Amino acid sequence: MDLTLSLILQIFYVIANLALISLGLAIIFGMMRVINLAHGEFLMLGGYTVVVATNNGVNLWFAMLVLAPVVVGAIGVVVERLLIRWLYGRMIDTLLATWGLSLFFIGIITTIFGASTSTTISPPLGVVSIGEYTSSGYEMLLIGITAGLLVAVYLVLKYTALGLVARGTMQNPDMAAALGVSTSRIYMITFGLGAAISGFAGGLLAPVTGVLPTIGAIYIAKAFITVISGGASILAGTASASILLGGINGVVTFLTGPTLGEVALLAAAIILLRFMPTGITGRLFRKSQ
Amino acid sequence: MTINRRKFLAAGATAALAAPFYARLGLADDPIKFVSILDQTGGLDIYGRPMVETTKMAIDEMNAAGGLLGRQIDLKVYDPQSSIQFYTQYATQAAAGDRADTVHAGITSASREAIRPTLFRYETLYFYNVQYEGGVCDINNFCTGSTPAQTVEKLVPYCMGKWGKKVYIIAADYNYGQITAQWVQKYVRDNGGEAVETEFFPLDVTNFGPTIKKIQAARPDMVMSALVGGAHVSFYRQYAAAGMNASVPIASTTFGVGNEHRLISAEEGNGIICAYSYFEEIPSEANMSFVKRFKDRLGDDAPGLNELAARSYEGAYLWAEGVKAAGSVDRMQVIDALRTGIGYDGPSGRVQIEPKTNHAVQNVYLAELQNQSFNIIETYENQPPSDTLLVCDLVADPTQSTFKFENGLKAAGIDI
Repeated sequence: MDLTLSLILQIFYVIANLALISLGLAIIFGMMRVINLAHGEFLMLGGYTVVVATNNGVNLWFAMLVLAPVVVGAIGVVVERLLIRWLYGRMIDTLLATWGLSLFFIGIITTIFGASTSTTISPPLGVVSIGEYTSSGYEMLLIGITAGLLVAVYLVLKYTALGLVARGTMQNPDMAAALGVSTSRIYMITFGLGAAISGFAGGLLAPVTGVLPTIGAIYIAKAFITVISGGASILAGTASASILLGGINGVVTFLTGPTLGEVALLAAAIILLRFMPTGITGRLFRKSQ
Repeated sequence: MTINRRKFLAAGATAALAAPFYARLGLADDPIKFVSILDQTGGLDIYGRPMVETTKMAIDEMNAAGGLLGRQIDLKVYDPQSSIQFYTQYATQAAAGDRADTVHAGITSASREAIRPTLFRYETLYFYNVQYEGGVCDINNFCTGSTPAQTVEKLVPYCMGKWGKKVYIIAADYNYGQITAQWVQKYVRDNGGEAVETEFFPLDVTNFGPTIKKIQAARPDMVMSALVGGAHVSFYRQYAAAGMNASVPIASTTFGVGNEHRLISAEEGNGIICAYSYFEEIPSEANMSFVKRFKDRLGDDAPGLNELAARSYEGAYLWAEGVKAAGSVDRMQVIDALRTGIGYDGPSGRVQIEPKTNHAVQNVYLAELQNQSFNIIETYENQPPSDTLLVCDLVADPTQSTFKFENGLKAAGIDI
């Protein structure tokens, strides 16, 4: 019983982890159709922001919850102004450009901080016990934060003027422009928001995984698989794909081992895309956000 | 005779082709060529960079002391960028292009197996200065790092005596981890214990939550880790975050070799026990001088020293001892000289070649991590490579060039 309960919590954490690393990508890809291969590096930059800030005496919570999204969001805006905005509608070119950007970020961080970086921040909040089983309290908090983040993004898109204009711009940029919306500004804000959420996720994960200049490469494949499997709708897609793939990964990893766990995740995504080529929300929940 | 373009090119080409031969005959004190192929970028850089620095230090020291046989040593370093493809390319370049007198190369067993046959074929002397799973039986290849019979054989009984007999094994999912896990299983059983579970992890796994739950469910007395690389460092964090390091202690065959103990916090690492043939904390005079020279050389940027870094330094000196004894850099003469039982007294103590295996007889130290520093608790002197000795005899058949454990220990006839 205790084992089942703590295992269910663990699987929730795997799901939350997938959703967290994918959401920023889902916003940039889902709303703007920009394939951002530097997504993993946005996560990495968020992690480095937290590590560098805490090493310089900044409070850990402030670094994770405020600094990481602000810093990476600002980097995202600069990237959009200098690079991405010249490439809208040219998918292959953006793909190449963001790949180059990813190599640039890895190179510059390696040059500044070296190949391995000491991350002496431990996950805060201690241990949660369920009978004889213990889990990290911080991992439990991450489940809550991820759920909160999804709700916040939903509320912004659905109920604010910015969300309305952004959705309109993504649906029909020419019409939005004709109605007086500065589409270029909306693109910039959306890209910056996606980057900020990636930075936020990377910062939150830094105490759990540590940071490395190359850690983005570990996240990017899973993030893309989740977003593609999720399909057109940003929130419902990310959430449903995370639940499906994370659930399968968590259960199979526990039953067999991590190798087969990863295989099961990939196999599930392949089968899913065979029957639903446009992702889960291409077929189901089509009216969702 | 008029010189037209065609004649000029022909003459030039002849001269260029012949030049190396003249150079070889004419100048006896050409520099000796020492090639190092070690990953300085990519996922393995945490291991490779310190190894390159200590190799450079060894060669600089030798040159400052007048070189070898009155000749200077020319060190050439290639960076294969953690990619096997570059290993084979640079090994060919070192052997056929640079005509290296010796090649010191490789970090993972996969990279060693990619270049070992090439260097054997090109008759280029090869040193592999890394702790590994044992089993290489190659007349041309000196494996100077520690092997499981030297380290794991000491680590397992010590920890089982201290913590208990139920062992949970976690290891990286490639040949090092797979074979090392088999060695751990063997030594656990030989000492009357039980390996309750063995799990393997691809090198990019960062979420160890489900495994930590499995460890809690299995209730072992200890966890034995052979995890490898930057991503796997997250295991130690998540293990501590779940409060497990207080109840089920960890021993490891890999922790610290990538300076992992400096990457996580003191509380997360306290109590981990490891066995290697070198720790920066060895209190000998030779080692303290070595550490000081290294820190003086690199200043604040100096990485921590571990078995891989120290053995790269000692491996270069061991080769130099062979050259001195042979009075030549000729490959066969150096090999024969090294196999007479030549040794080098380095920072880790004496390292001596064992002629049946071309592996090293060496000291092994057992140490416990406290506050990001290893406290040495046991020293075992002059340990032979008894694992490789089970399957390899180069004295009886000096033509061999194989990796005996390629298909695991059972295939090599070792009962696990």
